[in-house]
Amino acid sequence: MRVVEKRQLLSAAQINHSLQRLAHEIVEESAGATDVALIGVRRRGVPLANRLAEVIRGFTQEEAPVGTLDITLYRDDLSTIGSQPVVQSTDINFPVDGRDLVIVDDVLYTGRTIRAAMNGLFDLGRPKRVRLCVLIDRGHRELPIEATFVGRTVQTSETEIVEVRLQEIDGEERVMLVDRVS
Amino acid sequence: MVERLTHLLGIEDLTREQIGFILDQSKPFQEFQRHPLKKLATLRGKTVAIAFFEPSTRTRISFTTAAARLGADTMALQAEASSLKKGESLIDTVRTLEAMRPDGIVIRHSSSGAPEFVAARIDVPVLNAGDGQHEHPTQALLDALTIRDRKGRLENWNVTILGDILHSRVARSNIHLLSKFGARITVCGPAMWLPREIETLAPNIRRTVCVEEALDGADIVMVLRVQSERMYEPALAAEEYILRYQLTPVRLRLAQPDALVLHPGPMIRGLEIDPAVADGPQSGVLEQVTNGLAVRMALLYHLVGAAPVDAPHPAKERTSASD
Repeated sequence: MRVVEKRQLLSAAQINHSLQRLAHEIVEESAGATDVALIGVRRRGVPLANRLAEVIRGFTQEEAPVGTLDITLYRDDLSTIGSQPVVQSTDINFPVDGRDLVIVDDVLYTGRTIRAAMNGLFDLGRPKRVRLCVLIDRGHRELPIEATFVGRTVQTSETEIVEVRLQEIDGEERVMLVDRVS
Repeated sequence: MVERLTHLLGIEDLTREQIGFILDQSKPFQEFQRHPLKKLATLRGKTVAIAFFEPSTRTRISFTTAAARLGADTMALQAEASSLKKGESLIDTVRTLEAMRPDGIVIRHSSSGAPEFVAARIDVPVLNAGDGQHEHPTQALLDALTIRDRKGRLENWNVTILGDILHSRVARSNIHLLSKFGARITVCGPAMWLPREIETLAPNIRRTVCVEEALDGADIVMVLRVQSERMYEPALAAEEYILRYQLTPVRLRLAQPDALVLHPGPMIRGLEIDPAVADGPQSGVLEQVTNGLAVRMALLYHLVGAAPVDAPHPAKERTSASD
């Protein structure tokens, strides 16, 4: 599969501005910074969740707990893709029961990843509430899933891919719209 | 890129990278055993045949639980492969399994090579749960995971295997595995249970009938059980075995102070192992059981979960022919 870069959707500064705003929105729309816990979906949801927690700590002086969730075992497409993807660990060291959770991921697309994330979370307990925070909402939902906190909404076509590149994983910081090319 | 596994027939043909991959993939499944809800839908709709032609409780339950926790269904096939001629019963075995149309087969059989025989004739992943005196690969893998967790690494340990080496597929699989990681292995037991040929399995293996010599400086001590069901020659009297080979606290002190004690189970307390050692701080026996579940889940996930090798790949379908 070959891809061609079409345009940049967010620069490093714009990513940071979005995260600042999202962190403030999360605290504003919750009972308090410590009542809420952030669950980063592997892979890129994890650094995003960590950064949100850092921003929250910066303006509230409080710690929002952060957990990481690997959704590989909860995917609905495993039997169609040939060899099995590598499983990573889920690391949530606080109880999920009765907790106000915010799932954090880079891109919301069909909604299947978030459906899998919720299955994973509900295997760990019964949260009080689950909301979703994403950097980019690119439309094309295939399930009734919505994000409460959205960095930016982007219209995309089905051949396009939204690539979120983060320093911690990709060594650079920007969001690109790329197209599959034949 | 680790070469993909289609079957798990033995340790002998696995690479270090493949073994490392299986152990790494067992870690998320170790963590999974602590979830309040231990049920996934990952292998939902798949059926795993649990075909045990030798008595077993622990390994069978471990594999059945592993499959169930992944959401798979299991079909239990239990038969005594005693009086029939070996060739005949294996072919009947294959035909029975084929008729069940499973997505994976876990097989334990009294004939060495039975899993390979089945794998050559049925187009379904086969996992060896113990074949004759040949291999018990999942035991060696769970032992390796326990070693890696408790001792911090898998490489370059002094390993002593104590007991009936001759009849032990556990010993053979462990020798294959640990020697790939640079272990210096000592096998020890009564002379009639220490075949000279064991030294050909890997470099750096020595044999001794003296338990004190075998334990001196050991980092890992694997105690094998005394298998009365496998012995056709006159057995060593239990009292003499205990006197000469039981792993007691006094004997364990000859090993390294932080030596790890492993036992594949089931233990006969007071025979091959002193209860104080079995229950002591150096014993890894309970972790072995939990790790067995994690390793078997990881293997079932990767081997049974994978679609057949020629399944259409969604991404390939979207691009044009000039790819």
